[in-house]
Amino acid sequence: MSAIWTMIAKRLGLGLLTLFVISVLIFGATELLPGDLAKNILGQSATPETVAAFRRELGLDLPAHTRYLNWLLGAVQGDFGTSLANKRPIADLIATRLGNTLFLALYAAAISIPLSLMLGVLAALYRNTIFDRTANALALSSISFPEFFVAYILIFILAQSGLFPSMSRVDPDTGFAETLYRTFLPALTLTLVVTAHMMRMTRAAIINLLASPYIEMARLKGMTPMRVILHHALPNALAPIITVVALNLAYLITGVVVVEVVFVYPGLGQLMVDSVAKRDFPVVQAVALIFAAAYVLLNLTADVLSTLSNPRLIHRK
Amino acid sequence: MKDTTEKPVLLTMRDIHIDGRSEETWSPIIKGVDLTLRKGEVLGLIGESGAGKSTLGLAAMGFTRDGCRISGGMIDFDGIDLRKASETERRALRGKRIAYVAQSAAASFNPAHKLIDQYSEAPVQHGIMSRAEAERDAVELYRRMRLPHPEEIGFRYPHQVSGGQLQRAMTAMAMSCRPDLIVFDEPTTALDVTTQIEVLAAIRDIVAQFDTAAIYITHDLAVVAQMADRIKVLLRGDEVEEADTRTMLSAPKEDYTKSLWAVRSYARPVQPPVTEGIPVVSVETVTAGYGAADILKNISFDIHKRRTVAVVGESGSGKSTAARVITGLLPPRQGRVLFDGAPLPADYRQRSRDQLRQAQMIYQMADTALNPKLRLRELIGRPAQMYLGLQGKALTERIRDLLRLIELEPDTYIDRLPSELSGGQKQRIGIARALAAEPKFIICDEVTSALDQLVAEGILKLLDRLQSEFDLAYMFITHDLATVRSIADEVVVMQNGRVVEQGPKPEMFQPPHDPYTELLLSSVPEMDPDWLTRLLKEREKKAGKG
Repeated sequence: MSAIWTMIAKRLGLGLLTLFVISVLIFGATELLPGDLAKNILGQSATPETVAAFRRELGLDLPAHTRYLNWLLGAVQGDFGTSLANKRPIADLIATRLGNTLFLALYAAAISIPLSLMLGVLAALYRNTIFDRTANALALSSISFPEFFVAYILIFILAQSGLFPSMSRVDPDTGFAETLYRTFLPALTLTLVVTAHMMRMTRAAIINLLASPYIEMARLKGMTPMRVILHHALPNALAPIITVVALNLAYLITGVVVVEVVFVYPGLGQLMVDSVAKRDFPVVQAVALIFAAAYVLLNLTADVLSTLSNPRLIHRK
Repeated sequence: MKDTTEKPVLLTMRDIHIDGRSEETWSPIIKGVDLTLRKGEVLGLIGESGAGKSTLGLAAMGFTRDGCRISGGMIDFDGIDLRKASETERRALRGKRIAYVAQSAAASFNPAHKLIDQYSEAPVQHGIMSRAEAERDAVELYRRMRLPHPEEIGFRYPHQVSGGQLQRAMTAMAMSCRPDLIVFDEPTTALDVTTQIEVLAAIRDIVAQFDTAAIYITHDLAVVAQMADRIKVLLRGDEVEEADTRTMLSAPKEDYTKSLWAVRSYARPVQPPVTEGIPVVSVETVTAGYGAADILKNISFDIHKRRTVAVVGESGSGKSTAARVITGLLPPRQGRVLFDGAPLPADYRQRSRDQLRQAQMIYQMADTALNPKLRLRELIGRPAQMYLGLQGKALTERIRDLLRLIELEPDTYIDRLPSELSGGQKQRIGIARALAAEPKFIICDEVTSALDQLVAEGILKLLDRLQSEFDLAYMFITHDLATVRSIADEVVVMQNGRVVEQGPKPEMFQPPHDPYTELLLSSVPEMDPDWLTRLLKEREKKAGKG
């Protein structure tokens, strides 16, 4: 088992390094954004002197590497600075939003992961039957439509009839059940978007193994098709499935801007888009860093789980 | 051999027809074969690959692989019509009353589960034993199969157990429900001769102890002679003949069977050993390995012009590593390789094109050694183009000559893909590709071990002819002593990375031997049905003395 811990430590180190590189890229990218916050806030009519004074006040006159180091030192301590647009500490601004984003991601994951694994296993079991073809066709069509289209269709069907609210406004005082109810439509939209990928990977990973001699052996031991798939194929198919699940989870955290906008859900994606529009760089940087961290962490988890699923890697000779 | 003629019939197969789908049509694999098996009887099924042995063996379980179907005939297992029975009824028999032992235990054990979990699966799922009973039973059967540490070995994963032990664990697993019939599908083909003996002995004993009937599928006649009460010979889906083992061995009726028997006696005349002159290849005190471990420990041998040196040993003995050192794929830690008396750079990247041209290789798996997307014209033409600079018409002529050399008609074959060739033909292309570079020296790495005996014999004869025609020196890596007997001039025996014995072939096959050579030689199955029994007795006696 010590090999596993070494591997985790190594991957964590690499993850941190990746995050560092990403932070440089993010900082560099925001530097490249056209426009200037001081001018934006003060308007076209401001004199050059006022703009310069305002820039000094915001610390925008310092050289880039100094600003980067200050920002990085703050970020590792959880202090992302203050928003340039409204002077509030970014950490506070993000906290509730991050909670909302994670909630929605987990909600969608809680529906989509079991659903897609189940559908994938069933599609592998009943491969090339009507069930398999139908499940594949439905999953593929839902992934092929743009997210906002799926969202509007769901609103049209489920919100017009008054079953679910078309706006998912939540605040910290909303109860858990009420939150689940209000965010059902965005969660369902996201489920429809991610299920196809995971389901098809599960199906493919299992079917890929069905020609293996050990699967034939299981069948020749008189095992039922369901047991052959669940007990003999699935454990060996876990590594690719885990990778795809992690990718989709990362997408659920970072890629849901459109869905948040459609359902007016106060998540991180919306905050990021708003901040880009306002040239509020510190917020953009903070959110981007959180997104990057989510990616790195989920992929790290996927790697560790894939390794754990392979006895050849944990039980050495 | 036991007399089973009085016992009740267990399995009857009548006029079995099995088809396989190739593209859009069904073509026959088994063409009306009959088979009768009595309780406790062992029937040997032999034939070349593609004869339909496995297909017939699986059909005895009412099972066909994907893309196959049983299209006619009757299968009766102890009063149950397997063709009319529902899938659920057949499933209830499989594993419980009819079990299967596959060729490669390493591939047929599920890598995700421990051995004992896989042992217990059938008895528990078929409702014969509780999990705890099954685990106790597993230890008992592991002990009977003479597995080391029977108490613990079940708690290992398949990758933690050696090939020979896995094969015994698989036989134990097949026995878990005490079936009436076991289908053994080439259970020892993937094993070294020394390991094979233990597995054969364990299988034979356990089948006798539980009075289990068995269908023993193999292409190795000497093996089947040890195991079977009766032998059935198949050829392209048809039965050639069937008789009890002794009759079949001493007086085969059909020409095909006689030709199978004759293969083992092929031998070319041995050339006298070379004492003078510079050897083509000379391996001098080479030590090499991967990572921290040394795979080769201080080995030396010479290979002369027009001579074949066979390098023999079990898997893991370092035979292939020696070839990698000679070809420069693995630079040695110590020692060097001389070619025509001049040292070769250790790393192939430092060798000149001409040095690379002089030493060519032919591989074990012709299937994977040929690029499936290239036509024979390109496969053979590329080395001729690269090393000899042939172009256009001259190149085409050379390719056609090479095809003629390996006895393939140029007009028919020059534009074929490897997938359009048989196994033996693919290996011939491997030979032509090596010859295209006009080398002095060729390494043949287990070139015949994936082939059937008749086909392998053809390849050996071809290699022999080419050697005298082009004055080639061969290094012949093999674990098969029958091959050594037929083609080698000199023999190098390797064990654990060391050369334990080397010398001219006639000396090697005459006592006195190094103990390891002795073990290797005595482990090669002979056609005599009493060979295994006698050998085990002798070894027991020796062990008793020692």
